[in-house]
Amino acid sequence: MPIGSTPPKYRVRIDNDRCMLCEQCIENCPYGTFRKEGNKILVNSRACTGCHRCIAMCPRDAIDLEEKPVDYRSHPIWTREAREAIYNQARTGKIILAGMGNILEVPPIFDRLLLDACQVTNPSIDPLREPMELRTYIGKKPSKVEVATKPNGDIELLTHLAPNLKCETPIMIGHMSYGAISLNAQLSLARGAAAQGTFMGTGEGGLHKHLYPYQDHMIVQVASGRFGVDIDYLERGAAIEIKIGQGAKPGIGGHLPGEKVDESVSGTRMIPVSSDAISPAPHHDIYSIEDLAQLVRGLKEATEWKKPVFVKIAAVHNVAAIASGIARSSADAVVIDGFRGGTGAAPRVFRDHVGIPIEAAVAAVDEKLRHHGVRNEVSVIASGGIRDSADVTKTIALGADAVYIGTAALISLGCRVCGSCYRGLCPWGIATQRPDLVARLDPDIMWENVSNLINGWTLEIAELMGAAGINSIESLRGNRDRLRAYMLDENLMEVLDVKTVGAGA
Amino acid sequence: MAEKISIDAEGLHYTPLNQQIRAAVAAGAKEIVLDNVNGQRFIGNGLRGKDVRITINGVPGGDLGMFMSGPTCIVHANAEHAPGNTMDAGTIYIHGNAGDAVAHSMRGGEVYVKGNIGYRGGIHMKEYQDKKPVLVVGGRTRAFLGEYMAGGLLIVLGRGYTCPVDERGIGTGIHGGEIFIRGEVPEKHLGIGATKKPFTEKERELIRPYIKKYCIEFGIDDPSLFEDEYVRIGPASARPFAGKYTWE
Repeated sequence: MPIGSTPPKYRVRIDNDRCMLCEQCIENCPYGTFRKEGNKILVNSRACTGCHRCIAMCPRDAIDLEEKPVDYRSHPIWTREAREAIYNQARTGKIILAGMGNILEVPPIFDRLLLDACQVTNPSIDPLREPMELRTYIGKKPSKVEVATKPNGDIELLTHLAPNLKCETPIMIGHMSYGAISLNAQLSLARGAAAQGTFMGTGEGGLHKHLYPYQDHMIVQVASGRFGVDIDYLERGAAIEIKIGQGAKPGIGGHLPGEKVDESVSGTRMIPVSSDAISPAPHHDIYSIEDLAQLVRGLKEATEWKKPVFVKIAAVHNVAAIASGIARSSADAVVIDGFRGGTGAAPRVFRDHVGIPIEAAVAAVDEKLRHHGVRNEVSVIASGGIRDSADVTKTIALGADAVYIGTAALISLGCRVCGSCYRGLCPWGIATQRPDLVARLDPDIMWENVSNLINGWTLEIAELMGAAGINSIESLRGNRDRLRAYMLDENLMEVLDVKTVGAGA
Repeated sequence: MAEKISIDAEGLHYTPLNQQIRAAVAAGAKEIVLDNVNGQRFIGNGLRGKDVRITINGVPGGDLGMFMSGPTCIVHANAEHAPGNTMDAGTIYIHGNAGDAVAHSMRGGEVYVKGNIGYRGGIHMKEYQDKKPVLVVGGRTRAFLGEYMAGGLLIVLGRGYTCPVDERGIGTGIHGGEIFIRGEVPEKHLGIGATKKPFTEKERELIRPYIKKYCIEFGIDDPSLFEDEYVRIGPASARPFAGKYTWE
C-alpha cells in the first residue's frame, strides 16, 4: 500500500534579490536541484543531498539551505531515521546501504578524555626552541640488539633489523580505493602524504600507474577479493597490508557495483569492465590464525622479506586477543579500525551497530600485547573517526604508534560529509568516476590541502607534547598518565587504564 | 651458470630454498630440479620467468607458486594447501592430489591436478583481458567448488567417479567464468547464483586443449574425456548480490 512521500531532507531557497543568474548553481549540482525558467532560478529541493557545492560556488551567497525543514512529530525513540528506514524497507524488503561513518548519537570517548600540561613543577618545552621528535617507525623492533666492537673502535650492529616505514609524523592516510574514490582524489592524497614524509593506503583497488611516482609512500592492500594484486603491485608498495576487516562493516565483504567499474578502474583492479568487484567476507585462504600467518609469510617471501606487512582488523569485542594472535604471526603492524570508520557504502545496520570504539580497542590491544610481552614486536595503527590533532594525541597516549585518517583527509579535499558517496555523483570530484566531476578536483592544487592538514595537525601535536613536557612521540605512546577521564564510568576507565579528572599523579 | 641445475632441499627452510631458486633464475637457469622437497611452503612464490621449469621431487608445502608470474612447476607427488594461490601466469602440474583452496583467487595461468582436490577449489578465480585462469582436476573435488568465481575455466574430469562433486556449494556467488564437470551434478549441490547451461560443441572445443594438456602431461589415453558430456555451470547473473540492497 502506498505510504506517500517522506518529508524532504533539505529545503533550498534562492534569494532573488542577491541572485545574479550566473547559473553556477545549475552547473555545479549534478543532482539536478536547480533549473532556470525565465529570469529566475527554480529549485527542486528533493534532489538536494546537502553537499554544499552550490553554496561554495555561488558568488553572491544567494543560496539558503535548511536541513529537515519539515520534521516528523518529535519522539525520542521513533526518530526520523528509524521511521524512514522502516518506510524504505516496507517498500523494498531489502538491506539498507548507507554512506560515511556511524551516525549513532553516542558521545565519542575522545571527548571525555582530557590531556595534561605542565605547570611550575615541571617545565613545559617550547617546540620552537627545542627539537621535538615526531618521527615514527612502523614495523617490528628487536627486543634486544647485539653489537660488536670493531678493531678501530666502531660499533657494528649484529642484529638483523626488520624493514620499517619511516614516518615523519604519526599521521598516515588510510585505505580508500580507486573506484571508491577518484584518481584525482588518490593523487592529491598521495602527493600530500609524500610531501609530509608519511604514507597512504591504496585500498583494494590496485595501484594506478599515475600513482607510481608516489609508490614509496604507498601501502598496497591485499584484501579478500585480491583485486589488482600481482607481484609487480606487491613490489611497488612501501609496505603491504592484509585487510581482514573494516570498522564501518566488520565481518562482511564488499561489493563495488559494476557501474563504477569503468575502463580505467577495470584496468587497475584487473577485472572486466562493468563486472561487480566482489570481495568475500573472509579471505578464503585464511580460515584460522595459522592461515593468516601463512599469508603474512607468503607476502614476505614473495617480496623477499623487504616489505613490512600489516594486518588490518575491525575493532570487535575480542579485538585484543585477535591482535595478540596477529602480533605473533610475523606481521609487522596491526591496524585497528574502530566503529566510527568511514566507508563509501555499508549496510546501515553494520555501520551503526557492529564493532566497538577505537579508544577502547587501542587501550585493550596495547594492554594485551604488553601483557604477552610482544608490544615491542609490532606497531599499532589506529583508525576510525579521528577528527583532529587532539584525537591523534589521545590515541597515541592510549597506546597506538600512529593513526590512519580517512574522512578527515577527504574533508581537506572539500568533502562535506553529505554521505551520498554511493550515488557516484560526488560534486567535489572525490567519490565519483564521472570525468567532468573528477576534473573539478585538480591534484596539482589539492595535494597542498592534504599536506597542509597533516602539517597543521603535526604542529599541534608538537605543541601538545611540549606543553606536557614530552619531547619525543615515544614518551607519549601508551602514556595514560597524560590522560584523565571526564564523566566516564569506572569500568570504561579500567579498560582505558585512565584515572578520573582530579586524580593526582 | 648451466641451463639446468639441481638443488637439494633436504632440511632446507623455505626462505633459503627460494633464494637459491631466484639466484638460479637470475643466473639464467631454465631447468631447475628440486630434490628431497618435504613440506617447504611458498616454493616459486612471486617468481618471474616465462621459460623456467621447476621440477619438484617430493611434497611441497602450502601456497606453491603463489603470486607466481610465468614459470612452470611440475610436482611429482601430492601438493598441500592452495597451490596456484593468486597466481598471475605460468603452469603448475601436480602428479597426485592437492589440498584445499587450489588455485584460490588465481588471475592467470593454469593448474593441473592429476587426482583429487579438497574444499574450495578455484574459489574466486578471476580473469582480465588475455589472462584467463584454468584449473583442471582429474578426479573429484570436495564442497564449495568455484565459489565467487569471477572468471576463467574450472574443469573436473571426474575420472573414476560418477558424481565427482558430491557436495554442496558449487559456484555460490559465481559472477563470471564457467565450471565444467564430467559426471552427474545433482541440482541440490549448486550454490546460490549458479545455474546449469547447455553444453554444446562450442564448449567442447573450448575445453579440449586443456584436457589434451592434462592427458599429455599425466600420460593418460582416454578418448572418453573428449567425447563424454560435461555439465556446464555458469552464473545465473553477473550481479549475484544486486537484488539484496536498497539505498538509505
